[in-house]
Amino acid sequence: MEKKFFQTSIKDSLFTGLIALALFGPIVGLRTVAKNEVLEVHPKWLIVLIIVIVCAVGRFLTNLYVYNRDQKTGIQSSIGKSISNFLDTKGYQIALTAIIFSVIFPFLPFTDRYLMDIAIMMLTYIMLGWGLNIVIGLAGLLDLGYVAFYAVGAYSYALFAIHFGWSFWICLPIAGIFAAMFGVLLGFPVLRLRGDYLAIVTLAFGEMIRILLLNWYQLTKGPDGLTGIPRPSFFGLPFKSFPDEGEQTFHTFFGVEYDPMQRIIFLYYLILVLALITNLFTIKIRRLPIGRAWEALREDEIACKSLGVNPRNTKLTAFAIGAMFGGFAGSFFATRQAFISPESFTFIESAIIVAIVVLGGMGSQTGVVLATVFLIGLIEVFRDFESYRMIAFGGAMVLIMIFRPRGILATRKPTITLEKSSSK
Amino acid sequence: MDTAYFLQQLINGVTLGSVYGLIAIGYTMVYGIIGMINFAHGDIFMVGAFIALISFILFALTSIALPIVLLLTLLIAMVFTACYGWTVEKLAYKPLRKSFRLAPLISALGMSIVLQNYVQAAQGARIKTLQPVIQGGFTFMEDTGFTVSLSYLQIFIVLVTIVLMAIFTLLITKTALGRAQRACEQDRTMTALMGINVDRTISITFIIGSSLASVAGMMFVMYYGVIDFYIGFLAGIKAFTAAVLGGIGSVPGAMLGGLLIGLIEVFWSGYISIEYKDIAAFTVLVVVLIFFPTGFLGKPDIEKV
Repeated sequence: MEKKFFQTSIKDSLFTGLIALALFGPIVGLRTVAKNEVLEVHPKWLIVLIIVIVCAVGRFLTNLYVYNRDQKTGIQSSIGKSISNFLDTKGYQIALTAIIFSVIFPFLPFTDRYLMDIAIMMLTYIMLGWGLNIVIGLAGLLDLGYVAFYAVGAYSYALFAIHFGWSFWICLPIAGIFAAMFGVLLGFPVLRLRGDYLAIVTLAFGEMIRILLLNWYQLTKGPDGLTGIPRPSFFGLPFKSFPDEGEQTFHTFFGVEYDPMQRIIFLYYLILVLALITNLFTIKIRRLPIGRAWEALREDEIACKSLGVNPRNTKLTAFAIGAMFGGFAGSFFATRQAFISPESFTFIESAIIVAIVVLGGMGSQTGVVLATVFLIGLIEVFRDFESYRMIAFGGAMVLIMIFRPRGILATRKPTITLEKSSSK
Repeated sequence: MDTAYFLQQLINGVTLGSVYGLIAIGYTMVYGIIGMINFAHGDIFMVGAFIALISFILFALTSIALPIVLLLTLLIAMVFTACYGWTVEKLAYKPLRKSFRLAPLISALGMSIVLQNYVQAAQGARIKTLQPVIQGGFTFMEDTGFTVSLSYLQIFIVLVTIVLMAIFTLLITKTALGRAQRACEQDRTMTALMGINVDRTISITFIIGSSLASVAGMMFVMYYGVIDFYIGFLAGIKAFTAAVLGGIGSVPGAMLGGLLIGLIEVFWSGYISIEYKDIAAFTVLVVVLIFFPTGFLGKPDIEKV
């Protein structure tokens, strides 16, 4: 028995090695390099050999130690469970600590410009994740074109601010409304489609918006992008080192030295507040009838219909509200960068936001934060390994679906439960 | 002039449509058998194009006759790309058969990102150019002011597509394998009870789909002469549109849909606007899904409790 098992294991790992050779042999082993405009092939057999051996040995070892066991104890799921248990009991304290930490973060001694930039980026993704969580996590609609609303928000903010000179606080709601309108416009015809069709249509919509931005040169300046987007001001007080004659700036008004960090810190608090508003909104709306209808619709559409919930309108509100927050995040992005171009709104951005929501556990607000810190941190740490980090990123999506299909923090607790009555 | 221009668009459209049709078969078959959109299929097509490219470059160093080179490249691309399709199914989709509905789609999305970046890492991000493999062709209607050209390459592409599709239709309608596939589409549990290896049937479906996509990849690299790691994304969406247009789950529908999408795209860029040619396919996708989601030859999808 033992010997037979050993034999099949060896056969199996040899087969794995053969498959690995077929997979990696041509693509990795024969690298095409252009020389004088003619492609040449440069063999790299050593790497292929290493990969093949790693695959075969790895397969052998997993056969021996993992599949050989009687019961499968998924280590991932037990870790995830203990994390979510921990968060359930201590959730409030942890959230409070995290908020306090993010409030004092700009004044911590080790915080520098680089860390602040990363923190602002993470908060932008957290906000986008929370916005998309309304669509995916609560309403259960897989939206692969979320970046379209981000783009609509960014462009409408930029265009209004450049052409009309309106301030950030006027343009922000306008950008949100525009994005929400696009959400309704797109959602109205397509929301009755089934889950996976909806995903593809939203993806196509996202690409259509990008192509439109790329080619509508009169309005969007096409691939050149929009430059000179006004920087935000502190309630009318701009951040400038040399103010114009008679102009009040932030540092003259408060009588402090000018420091370029002041603007960065202001931007940081701006996105922190915007993100927290998104979160608060989601937490509150989950307890309102509309939020309950979203979650019910996610679980069982037919049952909802029979109970008189209008699926189209309910989904449409989720879509529009998610789009609105995407639009807010977009206008923040535009004011922070002062430059936007269609390059920033590619499909991969949508994929990253979807991955954040999925990885964190659909519907879990804390999960979005953890997933963002993990994923964006990963992307930052491996900044020099552009394609390898994206391989790890895609691979993580596959693994999460296999081992924790509901995300790391998969809490699908109903937001309302009936109290057990004491009298029998 | 006008007829000549129209004829030229028609020729180009049919050629492009053949490529889309070949990819669309992979989408439609996988959808038929396990009910998921194989989002990574476009990238499988891209891998096939790269393998064909590498094979062409290697054969260019030898002095083998052109027809044999074409045949060998076809076989090499099919075999190696089929390995990719098989592995992707085993790694990313098989463990998710009983998971919730969106899980395979998200997993496929991850797989698509992996494949794209893997090819980028292994082969570099620059575009790859292939010298024309088949040159020459017919020209006619020269006297009208617009010369219509029909290259040997276009004839080759359409002929190979027709032959492969004929073989393939026979495979599905006449053999035991085809019967097993159709049975799996209807009811997997019952099929398993009847003694058919469902897992193997699904694997074979992926292998067939991937090898047809690799043929499309080979055609693509020969026709355009330029590829990069990103071609799978757009081609994938367009082929998916073709599959939906023809009626997802139906193999003749995929061929028909591919042909139509190819024609629509070419005529759109020829008569309306070349910048917005990708929007044509997306618009068709949205319109078809909204107004007749069953497509031309598809069966209506009944939602059960």
